[in-house]
Amino acid sequence: MEQLVYKKPDSIRDDFKITFCSGCDHGVAVRLVAEVLDELGVREKTIGIASVGCSVFSYDFFNVDIVEAQHGRSMAVATGVKRSKPDKIVFTYQGDGDLASIGIAETIHAMTRGEKVTAICINNTTYGMTGGQAGPTTLLGQVTTTTTQGRRADINGYPIKISELLKEIEGTAFVARVTLDSPQAVMNAKKCIKKAFEAQIKGLGTGFVEILATCPTNWKMTPKQAHERVRGEMSEVFKPGIYKDKVSEGK
Amino acid sequence: MGRIVLNRDRCKACYICVDSCPKKVLEVDEEVNILGYYPAKFNGNENCSGCAVCARVCPDMAIEKVFR
Repeated sequence: MEQLVYKKPDSIRDDFKITFCSGCDHGVAVRLVAEVLDELGVREKTIGIASVGCSVFSYDFFNVDIVEAQHGRSMAVATGVKRSKPDKIVFTYQGDGDLASIGIAETIHAMTRGEKVTAICINNTTYGMTGGQAGPTTLLGQVTTTTTQGRRADINGYPIKISELLKEIEGTAFVARVTLDSPQAVMNAKKCIKKAFEAQIKGLGTGFVEILATCPTNWKMTPKQAHERVRGEMSEVFKPGIYKDKVSEGK
Repeated sequence: MGRIVLNRDRCKACYICVDSCPKKVLEVDEEVNILGYYPAKFNGNENCSGCAVCARVCPDMAIEKVFR
């Protein structure tokens, strides 16, 4: 007798259309969040906050109610939604340009207040949607359309290490950086996303997961080469791991 | 023996599944799909163990169901 071991999560709409480029890790990240919502059984009381960037089409995938925030203001909007509807589960799905550049103030202040929300950040070291400009997390030496000779520390500054920054904030309950470059890494990423939601459900504080993702189009690489870059160059600067975990401490 | 249900019109030909499959039961199709890509194809090989690695790494959710 055949046994069903995997199916599309219920938290993904039946008529979804993937708007991402071929080989982009965004699709995996969206699916993992949906699987976690399914497993926790909170789909019917979840409100998502979409951001600006490639993640803008969240409402085309997630089978939950979605509020579209202005560029960078997802955490501020999430604060408002959560405070007016405290019984709901609220999460934001943002890129690094949204969360760490224009939205860094909103992010830091929402987390300092310890808002009981979950933030998922896709870090692909570039502005993918607008054509590959340098972002806050662009690595030193990385060639983009606005750093044509490679990012230089003396002109363009250093990349922001988001997880290291946010773990110091007292309001955060779970901070982790994960990759999606192998099946094992995908499983680990799902565990971390689940904990980030549990941090919210248990009322411990903000849950945050930074996902090192690929952008094969703007990196001008094949999906395979892009995953190798995540494993090598990117993981050296942005070290994957769990930076803060109050969820397990409380058990 | 396992089996997967692959929606070939969702596949965008990144072939991450083809590279990741431990039993090598996925291959590249010879015909284009509705999006104009050569999608991945399940070759029906009995070696498929239904481990669902392909479904976990697929960014396009083209692998809709996995049976074991």
